Amino acid sequence: MSTSTVAPPAAPTSTSEPTPRKGSGRKVILAVVAWLVGIVFVFPVFWMVLTAFKQEADAYTSPPKLFFAPTLEQFKEVLGSGAGPALLNSLFATVVSTVLVLLLAIPAAFAVSLRPVGKTRDVLFFFISTKMLPVVAAIVPIYVVVNEIHMVDNIWTLVVLYTAMNLPIAIWMMRSFFLEVPGALLEAASIDGASLARTMREVVLPVVSPGIAATALICVIFAWNEFFIAVNLTAAQAGTVPVFLVGFITSEGLYFAKLCAAATLAALPVVIAGWVAQNKLVQGLSFGAVK
Amino acid sequence: MTTTIEAATAPKRAAKRPEHGPGSRADGWSRRIPLLPALVFTFIVTQLPFVVTIYYSLQSWNLVRPGSRHFVGLSNYAQVFTDSQFRQVMLNTVVLTVGAVLISVALGLLLALMLNRAFPGRGVVRTMLITPFLITPVAAALLWKTTLLDPTYGLVNFVLSPFGAGKTDWISSFPLTAVMMAIVWQWTPFMMLLILAGLQSQPADVLEAAAVDGASTLGIFREVTIPHLRRFIELGIVLGTIYLINVFDQIYMMTQGGPGIASANLPFYIYQRAFLGFDIGQSAAMGVVVAILTTIVATFALRLIFRTFSGKEEAA
Repeated sequence: MSTSTVAPPAAPTSTSEPTPRKGSGRKVILAVVAWLVGIVFVFPVFWMVLTAFKQEADAYTSPPKLFFAPTLEQFKEVLGSGAGPALLNSLFATVVSTVLVLLLAIPAAFAVSLRPVGKTRDVLFFFISTKMLPVVAAIVPIYVVVNEIHMVDNIWTLVVLYTAMNLPIAIWMMRSFFLEVPGALLEAASIDGASLARTMREVVLPVVSPGIAATALICVIFAWNEFFIAVNLTAAQAGTVPVFLVGFITSEGLYFAKLCAAATLAALPVVIAGWVAQNKLVQGLSFGAVK
Repeated sequence: MTTTIEAATAPKRAAKRPEHGPGSRADGWSRRIPLLPALVFTFIVTQLPFVVTIYYSLQSWNLVRPGSRHFVGLSNYAQVFTDSQFRQVMLNTVVLTVGAVLISVALGLLLALMLNRAFPGRGVVRTMLITPFLITPVAAALLWKTTLLDPTYGLVNFVLSPFGAGKTDWISSFPLTAVMMAIVWQWTPFMMLLILAGLQSQPADVLEAAAVDGASTLGIFREVTIPHLRRFIELGIVLGTIYLINVFDQIYMMTQGGPGIASANLPFYIYQRAFLGFDIGQSAAMGVVVAILTTIVATFALRLIFRTFSGKEEAA
């Protein structure tokens, strides 16, 4: 399956081939349409990156300018106004919460898939139902409690909340990957009298590790991009990249080139991660339906 | 696949219990223990605050007036339901969520069907198509508000200018539409990936058999592909709805819910009441109402998910 999602070797499109004309003509039309649609979808991102390299004067033109003398000035300004600490905060909250999610979700997914107890369905129902409860319905007491224990604007507060935010989805995704572990392997391990830890390490984890990677990627994307919790519970100290972005705009004003540079820096890490691990992304989002 | 596992593990479990006699209880616990940390953590962090929300919703409590806190019973709820703004905001939420989900599913389906065929550079096109999903929503919203939808310098009006769009100020004239554009742009790739996953997991033997039987392409699509895709489309609708009911970033960045409350949805409105109006009691009551409403929607949605997933397991 995974091979079919990778670009197949470019099919010959030249009409000199002895292939049926109608089919190849169709293929050319399909390719042209697909490329056009793809370009339309990605164009705002392309435009953001392009504008980030402009002088403000080049950003405010009608019609919009495609060619200009590029400059790194905007990036320098963004980095000089506190983007660094925000990037570090985001990195910390994302990485630590994802590790915690995996530590909690792997045993849980194992329990609900390979060694099911009664009421597995209820447990799964419970986890996913927490995702249905809008965060906004709980943010007020969370704020009051966090304030009470002097944890406002502390990065660990975000770590805990991001862990809770991603855990249900992670358990659901991983469950579908754990279900792929061949029962015969487990049986053999249990006949050999292997301990739970050894079964996990030697039988289960090798099979599910691609699924774990896919789940981790999804958690990273959601944690890095999260804004609502961060904006309500952090300020100058623990502010993450999205919070910084908003603060930057508020203090600097809506100058296209500058805000595009800031937005590019904010989005870049996750975009690159998503591009590089594209097959993992597909695998995770399809809950293991595509391998 | 999965059925074979369940078939393989089920007799093992059945055999194990009587064999170990008194050990069966210990066995049950050893099965439960791996689950407990996640369960306890999730319960404390996500459920307890909600219980506290219910408690707060029964009080009159505004942070601006210290010492004003007292028990008022259900009067916050009475105010919520007589608040005409709240009703407007609820309508906005429904329009925004349903609109964005349906449009992104429809577009996602078209894109998935397109990507499911081989053509030169398919991998590159797929990469281009998933990129919007990866962009930080706050950054994406900012992008839409400024370089794309700016009345004078925006790309959208530039592209539409041959069609006489002139200098439409999307953000103030069509705030909800503008927000929806930004959301659909980011969620279409998600739906596309999900539906593409469905297309690629179609049993090849069934497709082949249908082709051998001489079924037309359209016939195969209608009789085989659509029923198979249904689960994936349903899952997309459910997940999309769960996430998009809670949309906040785009509204915060693009319109601040305005003009007036024309583009405010429930999460944004509650945020305004709580963090700008400091009205804890009122915002808590709204939070409870939203939670009840989402639970009603979600119960139907969950049924669907379970049917989808158990259907998948039995069919596999």
